[in-house]
Amino acid sequence: MGFLDRFFRKETPRQSARERLQLVLIHDRADISPDTMERIRKDLIKVINNYMVINEEGIEMDLERDGRSVALVASIPVIEVKRKHPRKRDK
Amino acid sequence: METRVIVVTSGKGGVGKTTVTANLSARLAMEGFKVVAMDADIGLRNLDVVMGLENRIVYNMVDVIEGTCKLPQALVRDKRVENLFLLPAAQTRTKDAVTSDEMKGLCDSLRGEYDFVLVDSPAGIESGFRNASAGADEALVVATPEVSSVRDADRIIGLLESFGKRSINLIVNRVRPDMVRKGKMLGVSDVREILAVDMIGIIPEDETVVVSTNRGEPLALSNTSPASRAFEKIAGRILGRDIPLQDLDDLEEKGLFANFIKLFGRREGRG
Ligand SMILES: Nc1ncnc2c1ncn2[C@@H]1O[C@H](COP(=O)(O)OP(=O)(O)O)[C@@H](O)[C@H]1O
Ligand SMILES: [Mg+2]
Repeated sequence: MGFLDRFFRKETPRQSARERLQLVLIHDRADISPDTMERIRKDLIKVINNYMVINEEGIEMDLERDGRSVALVASIPVIEVKRKHPRKRDK
Repeated sequence: METRVIVVTSGKGGVGKTTVTANLSARLAMEGFKVVAMDADIGLRNLDVVMGLENRIVYNMVDVIEGTCKLPQALVRDKRVENLFLLPAAQTRTKDAVTSDEMKGLCDSLRGEYDFVLVDSPAGIESGFRNASAGADEALVVATPEVSSVRDADRIIGLLESFGKRSINLIVNRVRPDMVRKGKMLGVSDVREILAVDMIGIIPEDETVVVSTNRGEPLALSNTSPASRAFEKIAGRILGRDIPLQDLDDLEEKGLFANFIKLFGRREGRG
């Protein structure tokens, strides 16, 4: 790697290989289609709406790698917590 | 000693499964254990030529399974190393000639009589790989430091885990410390971190591997090249010896050190 490359912090082939692998493995390991992700998203919104007012536009949901496993990480901005939780078949 | 049946596998072809099977089998036999190297690559047999035993094959694995001969008749004894045997694959048959249950039965019938059975798996994730793994308790996964090989290894590890193999260990083959150092290819540490699996050995890129394959003489028999020493260490670790994997980073640093020496040597030479 030349001095200029280093100066401009150009990614080395080694780094690109690492990053590409990490990305591709997340999806290989999870084996979840974008369609399924979208359905999970909608279901999550439905459930959480029972308890909180959330900013649906601001939801970020992604698969992240953790060792040999993959985690579903969601960040859901809460606007307001509802006062009374709806109870199942109460009264 | 209870027989240990170990499948050597990788997903991707051409990464060194057959080389590893041949050399580890020879090494373990030289340590005094009774070893069967089994070629499960039916239709594309290779282990026989890599071990240099191709001229002495009479029967093969499928003959045993079909009852054409008894198991001991199909085992080719290596004359150079005591206690080393090859169970050849059939060359003129296809993978469908055997079932998983038959392969498992074959491995089980070697239990008790031998200390180690190393099964050379075909590439891929289909029936050939599944059959090769069927009778094994443990797995050695071979990968080279390339994106496609590591990706395939990851898939294989996932499958082996789902088969319930109790021990899965990684071997990184064809490592080129010089290129890793220059940031041109993945290092052993990258592969290990990405695959997040136990590692049992690192084999450098070494032309003596090619030479020994051409001669049909496992490295363990004759020389002390870097690859040969790597096989010796891996065999030691399989036997439970505490041989630290520190050569992982050593290997990546050694290039630097060697360059210093070269530089130094050249200057001295010039006076
Ligand atoms: N560490 C190494 N250094 C140099 N060449 C190697 C090394 N390991 C394997 N090879 C070569 O790579 C080729 C493929 O190896 P092989 O063991 O047949 O792979 P596989 O059984 O996984 O298809 C062979 O020509 C072999 O000699
Ligand atoms: Mg092979």
